[in-house]
Order: sequence, then structure tokens, then C-alpha cells
Amino acid sequence: MGVSAPPIQPSPPDILKESGQREVFCGLTSIVWLHRRMPDAFFLVVGSRTCAHLIQSAAGVMIFAEPRFGTAILGERDLAGLADANEELDRLVKDLLERRPEIRTLFLVGSCPSEVIKLDLAKAAERLNTQLLGRVRVLNYSGSGIETTFTQGEDNALLAMLPLLPSSDEEQLLIVGTLADAVEDRFRLIFERLGITTVRSLPPRRSTDLPPVGKGTRVLLAQPFLSATARALQHRGATLLSAPYPFGVEGSRDWMAAAATAFGVPTERFNAVLDPLVERGRRALEPHRQVLAGKRLFLLPDSQMEIPLARFLSRECGMELVEVGTPYLDRQLMAADLALLPPATQLSEGQDVDLQLERVRAARPDLVLCGLGLANPLEAEGIATKWSIELVFSPIHGCDQAGELAELFARPLRRRALLQLS
Amino acid sequence: MELTLWTYEGPPHVGAMRIATSMEGVHYVLHAPQGDTYADLLFTMIERRGLRPPVTYTTFQARDLGGDTAELVQRSIRQAVERFQPEALLVGESCTAELIQDQPGALAGGMNLGVPMVNLELPAYSKKENWGAAETFYQLVRTLLKAQLPAPGTPKPSPSRWRDEGRRPRVNLLGPSLLGFRCRDDVLEITRLLAEHGIDVAVVAPLGSRPADLERIPTADANVCLYPEVAGPVCSWLERSFGTPVVRTVPIGIGATAAFLRELHGVLDLALPADLQSLEGQPSEAERRSRLPWYSRSVDSTYLTGKRVFIFADATHAIAAARIASKELGFQVVGLGSYSREQAREVRAAAAELGLEALITDDYLVVEKAMGEAAAELVLGTQMERHSAKRLGLPCAVISAPLHVQDVPARYSPQMGWEGANVIFDSWVHPLMMGLEEHLIGMFRHDFEFVDGHRSHLGDGAPAAAGTGEPEAAGTAAAGPAADPVPAPGTTTAADAVREALESLWTADGEAELAKIPFFVRGKVRKNTEAFARERGLARIDAEALYDAKAHFSR
Ligand code: SF4
Ligand code: SF4
Repeated sequence: MGVSAPPIQPSPPDILKESGQREVFCGLTSIVWLHRRMPDAFFLVVGSRTCAHLIQSAAGVMIFAEPRFGTAILGERDLAGLADANEELDRLVKDLLERRPEIRTLFLVGSCPSEVIKLDLAKAAERLNTQLLGRVRVLNYSGSGIETTFTQGEDNALLAMLPLLPSSDEEQLLIVGTLADAVEDRFRLIFERLGITTVRSLPPRRSTDLPPVGKGTRVLLAQPFLSATARALQHRGATLLSAPYPFGVEGSRDWMAAAATAFGVPTERFNAVLDPLVERGRRALEPHRQVLAGKRLFLLPDSQMEIPLARFLSRECGMELVEVGTPYLDRQLMAADLALLPPATQLSEGQDVDLQLERVRAARPDLVLCGLGLANPLEAEGIATKWSIELVFSPIHGCDQAGELAELFARPLRRRALLQLS
Repeated sequence: MELTLWTYEGPPHVGAMRIATSMEGVHYVLHAPQGDTYADLLFTMIERRGLRPPVTYTTFQARDLGGDTAELVQRSIRQAVERFQPEALLVGESCTAELIQDQPGALAGGMNLGVPMVNLELPAYSKKENWGAAETFYQLVRTLLKAQLPAPGTPKPSPSRWRDEGRRPRVNLLGPSLLGFRCRDDVLEITRLLAEHGIDVAVVAPLGSRPADLERIPTADANVCLYPEVAGPVCSWLERSFGTPVVRTVPIGIGATAAFLRELHGVLDLALPADLQSLEGQPSEAERRSRLPWYSRSVDSTYLTGKRVFIFADATHAIAAARIASKELGFQVVGLGSYSREQAREVRAAAAELGLEALITDDYLVVEKAMGEAAAELVLGTQMERHSAKRLGLPCAVISAPLHVQDVPARYSPQMGWEGANVIFDSWVHPLMMGLEEHLIGMFRHDFEFVDGHRSHLGDGAPAAAGTGEPEAAGTAAAGPAADPVPAPGTTTAADAVREALESLWTADGEAELAKIPFFVRGKVRKNTEAFARERGLARIDAEALYDAKAHFSR
């Protein structure tokens, strides 16, 4: 096959490992995009008022009248006896499902408090499944802050769905990771043009439309934070394709090339389909590249998308990488992106936020990618920032989106150039 | 266990953060998992703070739980004290840490830190944010004033102590904090108001104060309890232990501002100025200083008479709003409630005065239902009610926390004092149709140039198109970025089905009659008529049914 996959180089040697205070959301946050992806699912966090407040603060106050997520807030009585807590949970789920007859899948989402008191949500799900007689499927996973960071919640949610996936050795391409519907449609269209006709997605748009999995399944990860799901799919016989993540023109092209290679798409056909997209994507990128080129970027650990984004911003936008932080490093899942980073890129894993901010101050980068808690304080110190949370809510995947993705990073710099306030 | 979709208040440790972040020189070590750091964005985004909250989180993980989390707590405390050199330290835990019982406060107590330390025990499974704020403020003040406590039996300081000491009287303003509603401007307004009456402000706290300022609290002749939600317990304690009198009237609105000034003059043994004595025929200070009294009497405001107003907020702002609405604007209060359980008694009393039963709940769906049933024409509430009102097509003004970034305006916009009354007049009347305008639109609505629905000044108060659980283009709580680029598919709910069933009841002549009704009341007439039809079990809604309903609802 002539479609070139990126050469795998030895990964950069120096990794700064830190284990101090983290400034990262917990896995519950992923409910915010998962519930939009699967509108027939409900996410019930079993946790505390803190958990409810976190989702509310991350999701935006009341975007929905009755959102498809909620928190079963544990009270003192629930803490006193687990028997009571289980009974209460059953009652609450019954009430909820009566009010929301359209719900097909209910996710019981574990939190720090539910895990610390050892409330067994797997058992609860089993119990409720029996009681509900298959009317609604009840699954459970952990989104707790002691087990998961931010985007890892999606990994756990998908992992919980895996046992329900039927087995089939049918040849198919399985895209794993939440994509915006419009982006997903684009990818399907392109794969169809390449002659890859059976393309399925996890998570699906309807929670009950579960894709099969088996020997003929080639998995292409759309998101870089799905370690456990990727491994579990391999256990079910699927092949994991190694590729950079589909951010930017190059990343998206290589990502699709990995699928094309796996499905034996002739090079000429691949080039015929992709070349115009690549060319158009580069054109869209160009004005933003001009803003970003030569600018120094510091990425704080947050969404786990930092490494692929750093790869895109350095290779396609010409940014200089000061430090690339990641909450945790999965070398296998990041292999292709790591290989494309400039040699000797400073990586850091984990966090000690005060020390890291000192490094930011010392380096005076032109732009910092960070969470909402840090953005304004850094701006107030005169350092331009880009909020990482926007990246998990915005459609940023694919050649067609490369311009928009670059624009997200260029905007803060453009804005600074525009403002004349003194 | 209680199902919560959206909440009015965060957990109690967020209340503690509000105190720590409002102050300077205070640091809070919070034993909590990493996800709890989300709370920082409440301050950096909603309040647009340019500083990180002074909070160190231990961010323990599951793998730490097997080992020594107590050691982690101690390390975090030691590092925080070294790094931030606070003048006072708060040590506490969030919901999860409460369960693992490391008792960080006790650990800190044994560490010999050389700074005043408050061990915060805030029960996360029974209490909420405002309680946490009040408790933290109280514990902090108590700790810092321990050395100054008068011996039991010491006589109370005389209220006119200032006169004997040959100085102006001075008071403390207690309660203003970050994430409170318009506290920043209220402090300024009340400070000015007091200055005009020859009264100085000794300490404002917690907002903008340092631990050393709290130590000066006993030097004041009285404490003004500006926000009982935060300062209630501390004011009572100061009264009990230092004998400092408390001014409890919250000066929001004309009547309350005047009452506040009278109470203050009484407490400080100051002569009441003539224009506060409510003498017949004499212009009062209120008339002189605020435009609300005249604006409310002017003819345009005639049209405000009896407007049906639904109020739901924290206790302080709900009670004040009810009084202003009924006494100062001539509205009819058709619903009054609060999520502040700690002040439920006061809210109930205020409701009873208006012949209402107070709604005390933290379930926003219950509030939304009550709002609809009350057939309100204006909603005064929190951000939650703003959203509910939008769905119901009702105009709304936000009067209380919980906040959105837009509730922290750049311009000066207090709620308290004379200027506060002006701000309130504008912001409550603004979402409504202006009086004369309502009249003119009625006259000209058959004009071919008249476009139904034209009233751009209504802004977000304009009736929503469909009005059921449709997503609206709102962003994150914090700052409203375009966080919703992918429209969520609407789900067909039971409520939609009911709505469709009702809509099919309308006959052609019923619809035609409805169309003749001015658009700004049409939605309400439609709803009332449908409610009436449902109640009577009518098979169809024709013109007659519409007029029957109109007669039924006319009050
Ligand atoms: S970190 Fe734990 S306690 Fe905090 S919000 Fe997340 S799941 Fe809830
Ligand atoms: S916005 Fe329209 S309705 Fe309102 S005052 Fe102006 S012209 Fe009149």
C-alpha cells in the first residue's frame, strides 16, 4: 500500500512528572457532551451537591429546561446505611423514568462520595435492569475525581457500553469517540468516497443503536482519551489503527490514511479524494497560520488533547512549543502524535499547578492553553490564553475544520492586537 | 437521596471559598479531589476575577486513599503557608474528604503554623453554600477576636460612646461577599449614604478586608447586617459577646432605606434629621435623593398598577422585592418564595403580610410550576427563574444570586440605598411594556405598518416562540462562549404531547378572536383559556370559550 503512515520515532526523552495540586475537572464533566451525543440517554450522577454544582458550572446554567442529566444527591440518611441508599436510588430512578418515558438508556455515574462509601452501582444497575424488564437499559461507570480526569469520563462511559455490543466479524470501520454530528457526517461521506462503506460510531447517536464488534473491526480513535475503551475493543478482536488524531489538515489526512491503508484503498483513489480537501484546508488555515507562526505556546494539562493539538499547532501553524502538559500519558495511544512533535519538546505529565504557573511566568509564552479557572488570572498578568473547554464542545475534527481550529487559537492574539485601551 | 437537575446553592465549602476569596491575606486549604477545583471558575469567570481564589486543594486520588492522605493534607498545608504566607488560614474539607475522616483541621492544629487557623467543619451532606459562608465568616471572626473577648459581666458599651470619645459614630458593614448580588456597589452606596449622615464605616467585611481589619470590628459602635445570609450569625455573636448593637433593616427600596436610616440613628443615639421624620407636607430625604418616588407616581407608571409579579430569590432580596413591588411600584405580588431555608421564617412572614403562602424550596421545577400557575406578568428571580420565565414567555429581572456573568455589570448598579432604588425602578420596569406605549400600540395595532411582535426593548424578556424545553443558545455558566454549536435534537416529551392536544382544541373562530388580542397579552390569554378549557373539560375552544375564560380570570 502506498498510503504513507507517519514514521514512528523514538518518543522524546524528557518528561517532567509532577504530582501536586491539579487544576483539572473530574470525569463527570464529560456528561456535558455525552448527553448531547445520545439524546435518548440520561446520566444520573450518584453523588453530592458538589457533583451537581460541578456539572452545572461546566455545562452552563440551565441550557435545558429539563436536562438529560441530574444528580442523586446523597444525604445524611444515605450515608448512615447502604441498604437505605440502595432503596432510595431505586425509588428515585423509578420516579425519574416515569417522568422521562423517552429515555432508553440510563447511566448511573459514580462519583467520589459514592465510591468512598462503596455504593455498588454495578449491582444497582443489575437490580434495576431486572426490575425494568429491558424497557430501559441501565449501565454504570465512574466519573469520579479520584478515578478520572475530565475527558476520561467518556472513556469509562464507552467502556460500560462495550458488553452490550453484539459480536460480529463483519468488516467495518469503527470510529470511537464523540464527534459533532456534522463532523461525523463529513467523515462518513469521505470514507464512502474512499470506498469504505461500513462505517459505524461509538458512541452512537441513539444509545440503542450499538455497533457490533469483532475480528473485522478496525478501530479509529477520534479522541485521544479513550485508553480503556481502545484496549477493551482489542480484547473483543478489533484492530486498533495507529494514527495521529484528526486535528488539522495533516492529522486528519494521516488519520484517514490509516483507515485507507487498513482497507486497501488504492493510493491514487486516496489522493484523488483527499488532495482537494487538504488543499482547501491549507488555504483556510493560512490566515491563522500567519497570526500563530513563531508564537510561543504553553499547554497546561486539562483535556488530554494537548499532545495532538501541540502537534497541529507546531507543524501546521508554526507555533513554538514551550511546554506540553498532559494529565496522564498513554504512550501507545499518543505514539503517532508524539512522533511528530519537534525533537526535545518539553512534555509534562500530571501537575503541580503552582510550580507550573511559575514556569509559565518565567517563560512568558505568547499563548497559554488552560482551563477556565486559570484563564482570567493569567490574562490579568498579561498572558494571552485560550480556554481548553471550548475544544471539547466545538467541532474541530477534520480537514474542513482545520481553519476553525486554528482560528480558536489565533483569536485571542488577534483580539489583543485589536484592542487599544490606553 | 434527592434528585437535583440544577441547584440554587453550591456545597458549603463553596460558601467558605466565597469568604476566603472576598478577603485578602486569607488562605484556604481544602482537602478535596481534583474535580472540586471547578469552583475556581465561579470567581475567575462569573466575577471576572483576575486572581486565582486563594485556595489550595489537596486533590487526592483513589491511589492515595490506600496510603497516607493525612500526610498529603499536612504537606499541602505546609506548602500553602510557605508559599502564600497568609495572615489567617482556613482548613477544611469537601464532601468526599468528609467521608474519609482525615480531619484536616485537627491535623493543622497540631502543626504549629504560627498563623491564626480556623478549623472549618461544614457538613456537606446537610448544609449548603450560604450556610457555609455564614459559618466560615463567623468562625473566622470568632477566632480572630478571641483575645479581645470582654470578661463576662462587662457592661455593654454605651451607644453614644462616640460622643464621649469626641469622634464621629462608626459602624461596620458586614456580609458583602463575592458571588453575592451587587455587593460591590451596595458597599459604595451605603458608605456614601452613611457619610452624608456623619457616620463613618470602620470595617467592611468580608469583601475587601484583611484579618487585621476583622480584629478592628469591636471598635465600631454598631454592626450593620447588610446580608443576613452571610452575616446573620456573626452579628448575633458580636451582639452577645461584645454588646455591639445590630442594625438589621436591609436598606433595599425607599421604605427600607428610610427605615434603615431611622434605625441607625436610633441605635447610635443620633438626632433624626427632619427629612427622615416623615412629616406631612415636607419633602422626605427619599424624595430628594431618589427618583423612584416621583417616577412611580408619574402618569406613565399608572400602567404598572396591579401588574402580577412573581418573586423568588434569596431571602434578603425576595423580602425586599416583595415590599418594593407592592408598596413602591403598585404591583400585585402573586407569588413569593426563597431557597434560603435558614431565613424561611422571615420569608413566610413577608408572604403572609401579602396574603400569600411562601414557597420555600430548592427545586426550580416547583418554582417554574408556581410561576406558571400564578399567571405572572413579571418575574423577579435568580438566573434560574430567568430561564424559566423565558420558557414561559414572561419578562424577568434578576434580583439575586445565583449569578451569571451578566449580573456583574461594569456600570455602577447598586440595589441598596437611594441610588439602588433608581436602579431597581429601571431594571424592573424596563422588561415591561412602557405605559403610554402599551396604550399607543393598542391604538395603532391595525395600522398596516405595525409589525406584530415589534418591541425590541424587551430584549430577552420577549415571549419565546414555542416555549417548552427547547435549548437556548446559552454558553457556559461562566462566560457564555459559543458552547452549543451542535444543536441538540429536541426530544418529544409528555408536555409537548399535552401542548399539541390543547392546540388542536382551538376552532377557527377561536383562533381568529385570539388573533385580535394584543400580542403582548396573547400568550397569557391563550394559556388561561386552555387551562380553563381543560378544567371545564371543553371539547373545543371557540370565541365564546375564550370570552368565558376571560371573564373567569378577570380579577
Ligand atoms: S471530584 Fe468527585 S466529588 Fe468532586 S465533583 Fe467530581 S465526582 Fe463529585
Ligand atoms: S423598542 Fe419598539 S416598542 Fe419599544 S419603545 Fe422602541 S419603538 Fe417602541
